[in-house]
Amino acid sequence: MNARLLLAKSSLVLVLAVVAAACGATTQEIPVETPIRPKLDVTPFQRVLVAGFLSGGVDDVDGNSETVRLLRSQLRNKSGLRVIDADALPLLDLSTPKVAPGTKPKTEGEKAGVRDEKDLEAREAIFADVAYWKKIGEEFQTPLIVTGTVMFTAHQRSGYVQREEETYDTFGRRRVVPVRTYQERKGYILKPKFVFIDGRTGATLYSESFREEVLYPANQTTPALSSYFELMERLMPSFLNTLSSQKVKGTRVLLK
Amino acid sequence: MLRLRTCLLLGVLLALTAAPALAGPRDEARRHVEFGIEVAGRGLWREAIYRWQRAVEIDPTYAEALNNLAIAYEHEGDLDKARTAYEKAITLAPGNQAIKQNYEQFKEINERATAAGEK
Repeated sequence: MNARLLLAKSSLVLVLAVVAAACGATTQEIPVETPIRPKLDVTPFQRVLVAGFLSGGVDDVDGNSETVRLLRSQLRNKSGLRVIDADALPLLDLSTPKVAPGTKPKTEGEKAGVRDEKDLEAREAIFADVAYWKKIGEEFQTPLIVTGTVMFTAHQRSGYVQREEETYDTFGRRRVVPVRTYQERKGYILKPKFVFIDGRTGATLYSESFREEVLYPANQTTPALSSYFELMERLMPSFLNTLSSQKVKGTRVLLK
Repeated sequence: MLRLRTCLLLGVLLALTAAPALAGPRDEARRHVEFGIEVAGRGLWREAIYRWQRAVEIDPTYAEALNNLAIAYEHEGDLDKARTAYEKAITLAPGNQAIKQNYEQFKEINERATAAGEK
């Protein structure tokens, strides 16, 4: 009787082992790269001119020259267009702020300072100046022109904040859990607007605005320029996706 | 003792004859799914798509095959087809967390691509 029972138990274990081996793992994580088409058809252009930017905000960062330098470097490495090297246009000096009727025009001293977005908006008419951009286009053999505005300002925020904490489950999948803590923080806000102009006609083809911000604990000292690059880095894939196809990397779970 | 042997023999015979009958469309579809996973792992996504499409043709209620097909469409940049496949998979298996998580990750990319197309 005992021998029979033992035989039956052994058979059951063997069957279960065979079934388990046959079934194997039912999930498998796999890396995927999703291609995203460019937002703008740049096939008519072989060259790109990052012309210059209307910039304002923090004095420590020259938003015009830093943005021109960064975008040129990114486009050189990550787009098929030839990047034109030229001095950044001093758009702040070239643009005239719109003045509301009855308002006294600003003096030269006031004109130089761009403190907030309203100051920039008052000068944005320059992007609609088709004749001006057509002239620039002719000067550089009708490239795609990249210009726009860059507002980079300091800010601070205190109180209860919700930060996101990353956790990974047993399958290695990422989960984000909100955690509330009280903090005094300071940081920066970057608000660029990229305007893409057809160098053959001077007309605006496409424009896109972004907003990124970063906050640090109040006792941490972070140079403004370092924060500027940190924030620009975040929106660079979106900027590049305007001109070239981008691949978004991720992982998915295949199932049996 | 003889009765026990007879019973065992009958049991084995029954199992052997019933096995092919039980191997329905899902088993055939599963073979395609498994082969698809194998080739996708080697980067042969087009072959994987073919295999998972076959699996869904054979068994249209196979949520896991639709999930895999959606992933392959994502990888190929065919986001409309990916969304349709994910949505079907979720309708068929609303409690499957892995499918839901894949779909959530897909939606982030899809929204970005859609926003890009609209601007």
